[in-house]
Amino acid sequence: KQWYQRRVAITAGTLGSYGSLARFRDIQRLMKVNDSTIIGGFGDYADFQFLMKLLRQQTIDDEVVGDGVYRDAPAIHNWLRCVLYNRRTKFNPLWNTIVVAGKNYGGEPYLGYVDKIGVAFEEKTVATGFGSYIALPMMRKAMDENPDMGVEEAKAVLKRCLRVLFYRDCRSLNRFQIGVVSAGETSISEPMSADTDWSIGANPSGYE
Amino acid sequence: SNFIIKQWYQRRVAITAGGFYTGGSIVCDLNCEKIHYIADNIYCCGAGTAADTEFTTRMVSSKMELLKLRTGREGRVISALRMLKQYLFRYQGYISAALVLGGVDVTGPALYTVYPHGSTDKLPYVTMGSGSLAAMSVFEDRYKLNMEEEEAKALVCDAIKAGIINDLGSGSNVDITVIRKGEVEVFRPYQVVCQKSQRQGDYTFPRGTTVVTNTTEMVPFSALQVTDEEVMEL
Repeated sequence: KQWYQRRVAITAGTLGSYGSLARFRDIQRLMKVNDSTIIGGFGDYADFQFLMKLLRQQTIDDEVVGDGVYRDAPAIHNWLRCVLYNRRTKFNPLWNTIVVAGKNYGGEPYLGYVDKIGVAFEEKTVATGFGSYIALPMMRKAMDENPDMGVEEAKAVLKRCLRVLFYRDCRSLNRFQIGVVSAGETSISEPMSADTDWSIGANPSGYE
Repeated sequence: SNFIIKQWYQRRVAITAGGFYTGGSIVCDLNCEKIHYIADNIYCCGAGTAADTEFTTRMVSSKMELLKLRTGREGRVISALRMLKQYLFRYQGYISAALVLGGVDVTGPALYTVYPHGSTDKLPYVTMGSGSLAAMSVFEDRYKLNMEEEEAKALVCDAIKAGIINDLGSGSNVDITVIRKGEVEVFRPYQVVCQKSQRQGDYTFPRGTTVVTNTTEMVPFSALQVTDEEVMEL
């Protein structure tokens, strides 16, 4: 998940595992909450569905008020932090790591992370699970070199990260969606795959 | 924990390591040597317990020298590999040495990785240690077959830097050793990533800060005169 030039890009795989079984290969882990926020969920999918239901109801409540103001990304991030920390304190956590990608009321990009234990912070690049070991170094480097990158460049960086994650994470699938929140549009793409190159594999043979 | 990586490119091997040794969460040695000499044409990077890597590589280095004297030939990387894995397997993983072994011998360039339990891998690029995932992400992204030397050195340096910057158990500088047929080039450091900053001010107290209340003059030993001498009979 990466913040670039007044927009935010977020990506998540479409795999729902059951232990080490790749049980559901076409699930949505990105949710468009409203025009200013997309959230991505990692961890228990049932708990994520519960949070999605609550957020959907929140958006409906915002609409019903009728003043045209919807909760922005920092507000949703804060709400999620409160909920998750509260559940952790009651020893009944929602076993998720959520990434909140969006923009605030001023239109500035916002990227936040909330954990099952209530850890919450805002950063320019954020990753969960295996991604924090593999994708985060790559994203940080890309941001250091080119802090003002455009949509396509950011998507390319995310695709590179996802390709390496598919190479190195056993419990991954080469199928993901990319969501973008920008001044104009907030959308989640169709599922896509990264091009992989396994030609290196032909070289090594044996173990000594 | 610390980490090391190696990469085989175009008939040579570049091996590189970060420069940190930690004791729990304290950095013990800010700039230690992690690329160990095994033979003139074989070097080994060690991750894991520092003592284990140091002594294991020293032991194998001496065995390789003895083998060289006995056979009259330059040692092969595969011999060092066999010695390492048979040694480590015997200790069932209690010797926590995760090693990346590389070198160029008569059969060509060779790159292997040895795990603490004794298993080995033969691969074009390898990483070990706590920062290995960050470094591996760089390799998986940018490794190509038949790279030029400068390109490979840059890639390997970037991989170590990814570990140094993103992993808490790694740090300090990048050392690179390039092993070619017949010669070895050591860059120590290749790149200084984390440098201890300069002290902002002078914190020494000026003379006279402590008020002198009393002085006694110390008599030097040479000023003493021997007045009476008696040597004890044994």
